[in-house]
Amino acid sequence: MQLETMYQEIILDHYRNPHNKGLRDPYNAESHHINPTCGDEVTLRVTLAPEGDALDGSATVKDVSYDSLGCSISQASASVLTDLLIGKSVDEGMRVLDEFTALMQSKGHGEPDEDVLEDAVAFAGVSKYPARIKCALLAWMAWKDATAKSLATEKEGAS
Amino acid sequence: MIRSELGLLDVDAIRADFPILDRTVRDGRPLVYLDSGATSQKPRQVLDAEREFYERHNAAVHRGAHQLAEEATDGYETARATIAAFIGAGADEVVFTKNTTEAVNLVAYAMSNAATAGEELSRFRLGPGDEVVVTEMEHHANLVPWQELCRRTGATLRWFGVTDEGRLDLSGIDDLVNERTKLVALAHQSNVLGTVNPVREVAERAHRVGALVLVDAAQSVPHLPVDVAGLGVDFLVFSGHKMLGPNGIGVLWGRRELLAAMPPFITGGSMIGVVHMDHSTWADPPQRFEAGVPMAPQAVGLAAACDYLSAIGMAEVAAHEHALTEYALKHVAALDGVRVIGPAEAEDRGATVSFTVEGIHPHDVGQVLDDRGVAVRVGHHCAWPLHRRFGIVATTRASFYVYNSFADIDALVEGIQAAQRFFGVAPAR
Repeated sequence: MQLETMYQEIILDHYRNPHNKGLRDPYNAESHHINPTCGDEVTLRVTLAPEGDALDGSATVKDVSYDSLGCSISQASASVLTDLLIGKSVDEGMRVLDEFTALMQSKGHGEPDEDVLEDAVAFAGVSKYPARIKCALLAWMAWKDATAKSLATEKEGAS
Repeated sequence: MIRSELGLLDVDAIRADFPILDRTVRDGRPLVYLDSGATSQKPRQVLDAEREFYERHNAAVHRGAHQLAEEATDGYETARATIAAFIGAGADEVVFTKNTTEAVNLVAYAMSNAATAGEELSRFRLGPGDEVVVTEMEHHANLVPWQELCRRTGATLRWFGVTDEGRLDLSGIDDLVNERTKLVALAHQSNVLGTVNPVREVAERAHRVGALVLVDAAQSVPHLPVDVAGLGVDFLVFSGHKMLGPNGIGVLWGRRELLAAMPPFITGGSMIGVVHMDHSTWADPPQRFEAGVPMAPQAVGLAAACDYLSAIGMAEVAAHEHALTEYALKHVAALDGVRVIGPAEAEDRGATVSFTVEGIHPHDVGQVLDDRGVAVRVGHHCAWPLHRRFGIVATTRASFYVYNSFADIDALVEGIQAAQRFFGVAPAR
């Protein structure tokens, strides 16, 4: 049985009892991502709190809220994302994203940094199944997109 | 379990021809291949035919003054005749394409090219006020090219709905298919529902109003006896790889007089009559639609696949799959929490069973099945609007062929139950 290597208990827990699910106001930007191969989708909102006067990488991720439709991997991944990123700065969040993306592309040979990834290390087994990597990354790509939009909107507003 | 052996093929003997079915997957599990609707496996006879072409006769066909070119051309054209006979057609009515998708696009782009041509191509011309009719159960391959054709020409796309039972809703046919209709495009057999559509009835209505009819037979030619004359349509398209044949070859069959009048889609070498610096004329069909060096080894392989299926007998293939479908509908649909999307009865229904499992996403069902060696497809199966029609995002699909047995369906049923246990949604008995 290889199933348990993919469906770690942490993943199943997040799937059954997702954290921070549901869309909330106010928010800086929203992003809607679809996995065209299976039709799964996520709508994700990012709320940022500026550190100084301007909204930049030093801003704090104040809230991430989402609504999603999809498999256990994509659902659990969105839930873990909110746990990891809320309270971090945007720059720190991007580092977590990079680490998580690298883990997903590791084909099962990654050595995840548990200090950075926390519960997300449970997704290491998913990286052995190429068809499921997109599921795990769906919410993360939406977060990246919504965050970029938040910062861009700020820039437009300032100029 | 009571098993009817009526109509069943000698699956053990057939499986012996398919080397891949002997392998194991995922830590030594025997492979249970239930994804023939996506692509079929290939028997040795097909692989041998393709290999022999390369080892003995390989040359660019319809070119060259040497013996190999002669043999290759002969192999290619003999293959065309075999494949044409398989669907009751004349060899000059069979055009080779890359696959079903390209065959649909060939007709769509020919019509698109005709839209800017003169009166001589009026049969294929369409513009604002004209209509193209499809169905809600189409594979994207028989939907998107028509959306695009309508977008380019200003014509209107309309469609037949699908009933809750998964049948084509023909109640509005007289309104839907009318004097404005230029073309009706529909699947012979749905790649999700398994539904076999009443093509003849739709074609009769279409022809009464002067519309052309194209049938997507990608899921029917591999599984049912198909006779183009009997269907009464104008174009019929299918792929080699879903019928035991090689990848990279598909077929457009078109009525002789239509192909003769139709402008080309892809232009270039071998499809020409005479070429000048500023203009060219076209070859007769089928060469007009086969620009470039064609896929002769694949044509030879597909002909071997037709021979293989003919030796079994397409009526026997259909009877075998009918028995499998009845068995699957009975045992899969009987599981608590399982909803089959498509007709509940096996009549006018092919060997494709799509379903949802309450509380488990199809990706997760597929993963558990895969862990047990059972290969199925999950997702929307390139029929997104159809899934939306049923209020779902995705399904798990099992599709059967000549090499499948009742035991394979038992493995599917056990796998679904294992998924229900694994995800803690096993129904209380």
